[in-house]
Amino acid sequence: MSENTAGQSALVRVEGVEKVFHRGAEDIHVLSQLNLEVPAGQFLALMGPSGSGKSTLLNLIGGLDRPTQGTVHVGGDRLDTLSDRALAAWRARHVGFVFQLYNLIPVLTAERNVELPLLLTPLSPAERRKHVATALAVVGLSHRAKHYPRTLSGGEQQRVGIARGIVTDPTLLLCDEPTGDLDRKAGDEVLNLLQALNREQGKTIVMVTHDPHASARAARTVYLNKGRLTNEPEQ
Amino acid sequence: MRFLHLIWGNLTRKKLRTALTLLTVLVAFVLFGFLSAIRQALVGGVELAGADRLIVRHKVSIIQLLPVAYQARMERIPGVAAAVHQTWFGGIYQDPKNFFMQSPVVPAEFMAMYPEFILPPEQMRAWLATRTGAIVGRKTAERFHWKIGDRIPIMSPIWMRKTWEFDLVGIFDGRDKGTDTTALYFRYDYFDEVRQTQNWGQGLVGWYTIRVKDPAQAADTARRVDEEFANSPAETKTEPEGAFVQAWANQVGNITLIVAGILGAVFFTILLVTGSTMSQAVRERIGELGVLKAIGFTNGQVLGLVLAESCLLTVLGGGLGLGLAWLIIARGDPTGGLLPMFFLPGRDLLLGFGLSLALGLVTGLLPARQATRLRVADALRRL
Repeated sequence: MSENTAGQSALVRVEGVEKVFHRGAEDIHVLSQLNLEVPAGQFLALMGPSGSGKSTLLNLIGGLDRPTQGTVHVGGDRLDTLSDRALAAWRARHVGFVFQLYNLIPVLTAERNVELPLLLTPLSPAERRKHVATALAVVGLSHRAKHYPRTLSGGEQQRVGIARGIVTDPTLLLCDEPTGDLDRKAGDEVLNLLQALNREQGKTIVMVTHDPHASARAARTVYLNKGRLTNEPEQ
Repeated sequence: MRFLHLIWGNLTRKKLRTALTLLTVLVAFVLFGFLSAIRQALVGGVELAGADRLIVRHKVSIIQLLPVAYQARMERIPGVAAAVHQTWFGGIYQDPKNFFMQSPVVPAEFMAMYPEFILPPEQMRAWLATRTGAIVGRKTAERFHWKIGDRIPIMSPIWMRKTWEFDLVGIFDGRDKGTDTTALYFRYDYFDEVRQTQNWGQGLVGWYTIRVKDPAQAADTARRVDEEFANSPAETKTEPEGAFVQAWANQVGNITLIVAGILGAVFFTILLVTGSTMSQAVRERIGELGVLKAIGFTNGQVLGLVLAESCLLTVLGGGLGLGLAWLIIARGDPTGGLLPMFFLPGRDLLLGFGLSLALGLVTGLLPARQATRLRVADALRRL
């Protein structure tokens, strides 16, 4: 564990973060002097146009990428100084990811997909099965446990993705356009589920979305434009 | 073990591609098993040759005969414990393709020289009591369904050009798995007596086997033997039994080199085929590997998953191939007698398994490295 500098109430604290990508000789500044705090238990929506850096910021908070400058603290851990190995272990313990395209492993059944993060824990097979059953019950898919992703609808696949994201009971759930590939009905089901996880289980959720309908479900919405955060969408 | 279902699932993702690659590996290892058995048959005798035995033959060629009187002179040479002789009979049983070796020997001293031939005492006594008696190895007895008491007619195109008849009084087994149990041995006194009637070849033998008192002094003893018969009408060439067997096998060529050459080419091809399959499999799954990394799999674990997959493929293919080869080889010598020690040694079986594992590691290493170098954020973008 690294130094604990985060405030008591802020689970996520991003300070002075810059992110620069290099494309040939050109430097692309995606995030500039960005600061963000997400209190524990908050459901935050992150909106902004394509290319504004939403997913980049989500990747930094999730420890999938490192800032060019600045610091990222999550739950007391300073992510930008952790080694690759430590960062992987940190992700396994503390973060659940939900992706736009579900990203399930097609050769595994729903329950085996949900079990994947648990394979990195010392749990016994029986304990893993118990956790998987609970996670699938939370998303209402116990009856589809033995089904392969190709036999599930988009909404069901995303719910399996959410079950995989919460099966280790992480502190933080990061969702990248979780309804982006779903119709309105399936999208609503997913958003209801995320809201329930936030309200009933106190999960801190950061959700990237383009959709105002989705962001309306969040307790707070911030906007990212040209690498800078605002509380209001740019007119 | 906890990742086995994931590895197996990935392997069976493209069933046709996996089956074809598996088949390629399988065929390569059937070939490996078969060539190993051929190599064993041709040069395996070298390993089984007695370290304390020397072969003495005519200096010019093995087909030139030596006087039987040399035996007593050899046994007087310092360092020589015993000497026995054999002679190539070259007989045909029913058909020339029914090849097996026959040789006239002096029973008691011959069996003492070759303790690897196991003959029951009562059969030994019967052989000593029967002038026309012969003993045969288990393989040949089973091949021709011979049993003790049978009369075996063997036509010799070399000796008298007639059909000789022997009374089968014993069947010997081999002490070791690789011991040659295909030969037939009959009594030298009977052989020499018949030769007397036509007054040809009498008192001559093919070659000698001598046992040295001290294997460490074998080279000195060999030199002394050759010096003893220097400047005589039948000069000798003495060499260790292993070298003699090796020289015999080398008439075909350097078997080990030939086998290694063929297998080298085959395995290089397999390396390319399996390597290409694994690279393609990993390329297709970049996004999924990114997901695994995102949820906490370390680079080492991803490396292990890809290597385990390639190793499972090659070990499965190799294991099936070796198993199939073993089944084919267990049916026996495919030449009908030219390869009496045709079997797949346990050592080569283990080597085969080791090779299949090494093949998996080598073919998986490049794609595995590719997977570990992957940046998670980049991999997720490729979905």
